[in-house]
Amino acid sequence: MSSRETILANIRRNTGTRQEMPDLSAMETIVYPDKLKTFAEVLAAAGGKAVELQPGEEVNAVIRREFPDAKRIASNLPEITCATFNPDEVEDPRMLNGTDLAVITGEFGVAENAAVWIPRTVRHKGLYFISNALVILLDKTKLVNTMNEAYHLTAQADYNYGVFMSGPSKTADIEQALVFGAHGPIQVMVLLR
Amino acid sequence: MSTRHAIAANEFLANKENEVWHDNTLWMVRAKRDKMSRSIPEWERLRDMAFAIKNYSNSHLDTLLEEFERNATANGAIVHWAKDAEEHNRIVLDILKQHKVQRLVKSKSMLTEECHMNPYLMEQGIDVVETDLGERILQLMKLEPSHIVMPAIHIKREAIGKMMEREMHTEKGNFDPTYLTHAARRNLRELFLHADAALTGANFAVASTGEIVVCTNEGNADMCTSFPKVHIATFGMEKIVPNLESLGVFTRLLARSGTGQPITSYTSHYRRPAEGQAFHIIIVDNGRSEILAKPDHVRTLNCIRCGQCMNTCPVYRRSGGYSYTYFIPGPIGINLGMLRDPRRYADNVSACSLCLSCSNVCPAKVDLGEQIYRWRQALDRYGVANPEKKWLSWGMKVVMDRPMLFNTALKFAPIVNHLPRFLVYSSVNAWGKGRELPAFAQCSFNEMWKKNEVK
Repeated sequence: MSSRETILANIRRNTGTRQEMPDLSAMETIVYPDKLKTFAEVLAAAGGKAVELQPGEEVNAVIRREFPDAKRIASNLPEITCATFNPDEVEDPRMLNGTDLAVITGEFGVAENAAVWIPRTVRHKGLYFISNALVILLDKTKLVNTMNEAYHLTAQADYNYGVFMSGPSKTADIEQALVFGAHGPIQVMVLLR
Repeated sequence: MSTRHAIAANEFLANKENEVWHDNTLWMVRAKRDKMSRSIPEWERLRDMAFAIKNYSNSHLDTLLEEFERNATANGAIVHWAKDAEEHNRIVLDILKQHKVQRLVKSKSMLTEECHMNPYLMEQGIDVVETDLGERILQLMKLEPSHIVMPAIHIKREAIGKMMEREMHTEKGNFDPTYLTHAARRNLRELFLHADAALTGANFAVASTGEIVVCTNEGNADMCTSFPKVHIATFGMEKIVPNLESLGVFTRLLARSGTGQPITSYTSHYRRPAEGQAFHIIIVDNGRSEILAKPDHVRTLNCIRCGQCMNTCPVYRRSGGYSYTYFIPGPIGINLGMLRDPRRYADNVSACSLCLSCSNVCPAKVDLGEQIYRWRQALDRYGVANPEKKWLSWGMKVVMDRPMLFNTALKFAPIVNHLPRFLVYSSVNAWGKGRELPAFAQCSFNEMWKKNEVK
């Protein structure tokens, strides 16, 4: 008997009463009076920064203002004219090392934890992690309250890889001292428009 | 007779400063968890739901795992089944050999610790690199994790700095956490870029979609999987969740419970292999299917490994992870150790004050303290009961069953107040170690009642 069959047979032999799946749709979950405000506050607490595009402001100008020192800027979005290269044209993802800033899009944000759902829309998902800084463009009308709502949305979509990203990479493994940029981006800005 | 836990705890307690720091720091994490939980009005309802989903999934493991396998295979992953640690390690090695892998980068996985995978692979000549900062520190210091979420919580910055001077040529005497973390970032960046394969654990495996979900703050799991041609994901089979809707419950609980954050920085969903990458998934039993047959202990399979039971435990905080003899310490580790081998790991069940704080904070409502109590009742059955306590219990029973004897004993008890200290606090009196006996009253409550002195 294969290990697969052995394991499944053991499970069947040892399983007691089979219990019902609870009805999760009946659960009431928190509703924030101002999702945008909560999102921005929680993102700041997570070490990120939410910036709302003001009337008359242009995306590239805001990015240049926020990241004046960024030299190698990656984006596959046609509107990002401040990008210095298209990361999708890079054959080997290792060549993305040394990227100062990547500008990408997010699908929607979650107010309760400032996570942005990012299904992979670039050739190499390594871009999301190898860049020193990240700008995530997000439609400010696309905010949900909780992860319960978030997974209702992703359940209707298809993706090869996707990540809920909340702020920059961080660690507290040395004496619980919080440090940003353990391996991934040191700065994350969500540009809401 | 001291347990191995008590002996090891004494060593931990010898450094008072570290002990106090450890206690306070973990309590701070518990306080953060409380603050987070109170910001969500439906918190207790979420715990109830997590409990109910786990009761469902752990009583439907056969169908859910088959569903997962079907979907993962359709997604292009190669699914393997490992009945024990040995088979798990062999499967990993076979995959690595097949792809001629020399260097494996991995993210934190308690399962690979359970299987002793790293030493096995390293003996076979594979360069295994832990990439979670805490785990990497431990690997370079040749130490084991002392906590499942904060593995290097017991090590001070000076010791880490000195190790990094040696291993990563950092500045002498610079023990600043930011400096050291960024030095490790540069060092590991090279290892990520020049690895042949990646291995991750899984916080969740979703049956309805065949995807695996990995949660990290560092982004190390994603860095691991972004460059090599092979990704191996391995998970203990109780990590299965029925669908994405269930994840809506668990992802709200996990980080709030574990570290007091609303969510980890990254909650990564791996559904299909990346372009040109082989994606292997290993489903591991290693004793889990046997736990299903133990109704008193089956709820240990609800555990989502958040680690909060350790942070809240007054014994863990003051004795440290190394005082436990099983590789997972704290309340969940006591129980998992006993399920693994009750004779070998029985020393840990005394490391509990039965305060039940662990049961009270557990996001998936594992009855941790209650289970420890049940194990204690069963110690004699495994021949590992403490003989002194057995003798004492027998003596108590003799006295308690005989009112005459009890009352006489009580009458003479105040004599103890006048006995010399060396007699009262002799080795027979384990209770008196580090504690002072209260003085026996001259007159018992029973007598006072009869004399109408109390009403």
